[in-house]
Amino acid sequence: MQHKIPVQELGPQGEIMAHAVEACVHCGFCLPACPTYSVLGEEMDSPRGRIFLMKEVLEGNLELEEAAPYLDKCLGCVGCVTACPSGVPYGELISTFRGWSEPRRHRPPFQKLYRMAIQETLPYPRRFRAAAMLGQLGQRMKPLLPKPLQAPLELLPEALPMAQPLPELFPAEGRRRARVAFLAGCAQQVLQPNFNWATLRVLAKNGVEVLIPQAQSCCGALAMHTGERARALSLARNNLRAFSGEVDAVLTNAAGCGSGLKEYPLLFRGEAEETEAAAFARKVRDVSVFLAELGLEPPPALKTPLKVAYHDACHLAHAQGVRAEPRALLRSIPGLELLEIPEGELCCGSAGTYNLEQPAIAATLGERKARNILATGAQVVATGNIGCFTQIQTHLRKLGKDLPVLHTMELLDKAYNG
Amino acid sequence: MTASATLAELLADLARILPKERFLTEAAQLAPYESDALTAFRARPCAVVLPQTSEEVVEIVRTCARHKVPFTARGSGTSLSGGSLPVEGGVVIGLNRLNRLLRLDPNERIAVVQPGHINLRVSDAAAPYGLYYAPDPSSQPVSTIGGNLAFNSGGAHCLKYGMTSNHVLGAKVVLPTGEVVELGGESLEGLGPDWLGLFVGSEGLMGIALEVTLRLLPKPEKYHTLLAAYDALEKAGDAVAAVVASGLLPGAMEIMDNLAIEAAEAAVHAGYPTAARALLIVELEGEAPQVEAEAEQLSRVIERSGPYEVRVARDAEERMKIWKGRKAAFSAVGRLSPDYIVQDGVVPRSKLGRALAEIERLSQEHGLRVANVFHAGDGNLHPLILYDGKVPGELERGERLAGEILRMCVRLGGTITGEHGVGMEKKEYMPEMFAEADLEAMRRIRRAVDPLELSNRGKMFPGGEAPAVTAHGAHPLEQAGVISRE
Repeated sequence: MQHKIPVQELGPQGEIMAHAVEACVHCGFCLPACPTYSVLGEEMDSPRGRIFLMKEVLEGNLELEEAAPYLDKCLGCVGCVTACPSGVPYGELISTFRGWSEPRRHRPPFQKLYRMAIQETLPYPRRFRAAAMLGQLGQRMKPLLPKPLQAPLELLPEALPMAQPLPELFPAEGRRRARVAFLAGCAQQVLQPNFNWATLRVLAKNGVEVLIPQAQSCCGALAMHTGERARALSLARNNLRAFSGEVDAVLTNAAGCGSGLKEYPLLFRGEAEETEAAAFARKVRDVSVFLAELGLEPPPALKTPLKVAYHDACHLAHAQGVRAEPRALLRSIPGLELLEIPEGELCCGSAGTYNLEQPAIAATLGERKARNILATGAQVVATGNIGCFTQIQTHLRKLGKDLPVLHTMELLDKAYNG
Repeated sequence: MTASATLAELLADLARILPKERFLTEAAQLAPYESDALTAFRARPCAVVLPQTSEEVVEIVRTCARHKVPFTARGSGTSLSGGSLPVEGGVVIGLNRLNRLLRLDPNERIAVVQPGHINLRVSDAAAPYGLYYAPDPSSQPVSTIGGNLAFNSGGAHCLKYGMTSNHVLGAKVVLPTGEVVELGGESLEGLGPDWLGLFVGSEGLMGIALEVTLRLLPKPEKYHTLLAAYDALEKAGDAVAAVVASGLLPGAMEIMDNLAIEAAEAAVHAGYPTAARALLIVELEGEAPQVEAEAEQLSRVIERSGPYEVRVARDAEERMKIWKGRKAAFSAVGRLSPDYIVQDGVVPRSKLGRALAEIERLSQEHGLRVANVFHAGDGNLHPLILYDGKVPGELERGERLAGEILRMCVRLGGTITGEHGVGMEKKEYMPEMFAEADLEAMRRIRRAVDPLELSNRGKMFPGGEAPAVTAHGAHPLEQAGVISRE
C-alpha cells in the first residue's frame, strides 16, 4: 500500500512501521483470522483496518485519540500474520506503533493508574503475590468494586500456591546432553509454580542441566506490547546481562515470554545493543521445540487412556510458528489421544494484559474457546502459556466444567512419574 | 435545499433506523472503509451502516432513495476492481453482519443464505451431507456470497462447473427504489426471461441481494491433482490446449509462472519446484473409476507436453497444499513488489501461448516485471504488473501496460474481465469491447431499474455521472455524490 509516512522524522521505528504498511495489499485475507473482527464485524477492528488507521495517524491525517479505541482493541495475537499471504509483519507494526504512540496518548487518570498498577505488579513475582493476596480479600467485596477492577479478580485462583523459590541450578539426571539457561516467567511463578517445577524435572529426565540466572527479570513483553518502550528496554537490558553466560540455549516455557525474548532485536533496533540482542534471540527456544530437537526420552505408557485437547497459544503458534513440536511431544506419550480444537487458530482472549484492559471482548472470546474445547470431548486441556491457562480455566469454570488445564510439560512430567 | 441540510436529514433518518454502534460517522470509523482490495482508489463515505436484518437494509435503501443519496453495498471488501469503493459522500451499507445460513436442504440440494455469508462457509455447512458449493474464487475464505453474486465470481474450478451465475437459483432483492422483489426460484427451470441472470454480475448497480438461494453439488468422490513443471511458459500453455484436445474436461487447469511460484512458495511453502519457468496444475475429479481412467490418459498427454518434472498429490493434505499456494499467489506477490496491478483478461484458449508471448514482450517494452497466475483452462489470464509507486512514472507505466494487455485480449477475441468485474478499474475500457449502442442499451436497462443511479453509482459504465449531469456539467457537490438532481 502506498503511504506518506515521514520515515526520516520517525527514525528506525518509522522504518519498521513503514515497511509493514508497504507490504499490506489490503486483500482482506486477514479478516477471518482476526478475533476482534469475528466478534465485532467492523473494518476498523480488523488487521487491514488497523493498518490503515495507523498509516493515517502516522501521516498526520487522523488524530491519534480518534484511532486509539480501535488500536487498543487489537489483542496482538498475530493470528493475522499466519493468514497473511503478503507477509506483513503486523506484530512488529502494532508493537512499534504502541511504543511510538503511548507517550502521545491522553488517557484518563484512572486508566493511567490502572495500567501503571498492572505494569508495576505483574512482572514482579513478589509484588504480584502480595497484590494477588490482597485481591483475594477483594474477591469478597467484588460487587462493591468499580467494574474495571472486577476483571482481574475473576481471573485469580481461590487459593494461591506456596511461594517456592527456584534453585540457581537444576542438575541433569544421568549423562548430561545439554546445558541451558531458563527464564522463569513472572505471573506463572505466583499462579502456577508447578509449570516451572514440572519443566525442570522433564528437562532433567532428558539429561538437560538448567541454569536459572537469579539476576533475571521479566522479559518485558507486557511492557513492549502495551507501548511502555522505556520500561521494556530497561527490563530487556537487564536480561541481556543476566543471560550472558555460555549455554546451548535460553529456554522459556511461556509462549508470551518466548516471543517477547525473540522480539529483542526489534526492540533494540537502532540502539547500541542491536547486535547483542540479535545473537541472544537466536539462542531462545520454547522448551517444547528444544526437547523435540534434542530427541525426547520416550515416556512410559499412561495407566489409563487420556483424551487431551491441545490449545495453541497465539504467541507459540502465530508469533513463533511453534505448532508441531508440542503436539509431537504429547503424541509420544503412549495412551494419550490428542484432539484438535475447532477454530483452534483463534485467540482465547487472554493476550497478555488484554483480559484486564478489554474484559468484554476477552470474555466473549474466552467463552467461545471454552465451548470449542468442550466440543472435542477432551478430559484435559494442554497448553504452553500461563495467560491461556488462566483464561481457559476461568471460562471453563464459568460454564460449570472444571476439566483440568495443564502445561504440556506437566503432562510429560506426569507421564514420566506415573 | 442546501446539500448540508440534505445530508443532515439523511443522517438523522439513518440514526432512527440503527443504534449508534452500527451507524458509523466518525473519521476513524470511516477511513478503513475508503478502499476495498484495490487501494489505488479511495473515497470517503458520509456514513457506514451495519444492518443486521433484511428489514433494516430495505429501510436504509428507502431512506437513501428518499434523500437521493447514492449508496454502495459492501461485504468483506475484497473486490480487485474497486467494485465496493464508496461513492464520495455516499452511504456504505456493510452487509457482513447479515451472515446467516437461513436454510440448507440436502434433499433439494439448496442452501439459502444472507448476502454476508462467507463463500467457504457454505461448503462447510454442506459437507456433512456430502455436498458443496462449487464456485471457488481464491478469496473464498473471506469473500461473501453477496459480493460473489454482484461480480459473478469465478474460480479455479469454473472450467468444469461454470461461474457463480450457474449456481444461483434465486434471490430476494431490494431494488434501488426500495421495492423488494423475488428473482428466480428454487430450481433451474424458470419462466420468462432470466431476470436473475440480469442481476447476477450487475456489480451492485441494480440493488442489493437480501437472500440468495444457491445450488449445491455432490462432493466429487475422488480427486487426482497433478503438478507439472516446465522450462518454458509456452510449453505449459500448449499442454493446456493438448489436454482439452484429448477430450478430457478437468475440474481445473491453472498455470503459474516463475515469479508467481516464487511468491506463493515464500507465502505458504507449498513445495513447488521453484526453478520451474512454469507450473501447470491439472485436477481431475468425479467418480473413482472414471477419474482413474482419465488419470492414465492425462499422464500420457502431459508426458508428451515435455515437462521436466511431474508430481501427483498422494493425499488430501498434499492436494490442499498445492491449492493453498495457488490461491495465495495474488496477495503473495506483495512480497516481491511494494505495489502491483492485478489484471483479469480473457483470451480464447487456443491463443493462450500467443497471449503469453505478447505479455512477455510488453513487459520488456515497458520495463516492468509481470507475474502470471491464471485459470488456463478457460483462458482467464491474471497478469500481475509489478511496480514501485515511489518511483516517479512507474504507476503510469504500469497502467499503460495493463491497458495494452486488455486491448490485446479484446484483439485476440477475448474480454477485459474474466471474473473480477469492471468496477472502477476497467470502466474506461468498456468502449473497447462494446459499441456505443450496446452501452446505451445497458444504461437504459440500468436507469429503468435505478432512475437516479443511486446504487453503486459511478461503476462499470465509462465516464462520470448520471446523463443529466454529464450533459449540463456537474456541480462539485454532485460530483462528490452529496446531492443529485432528478
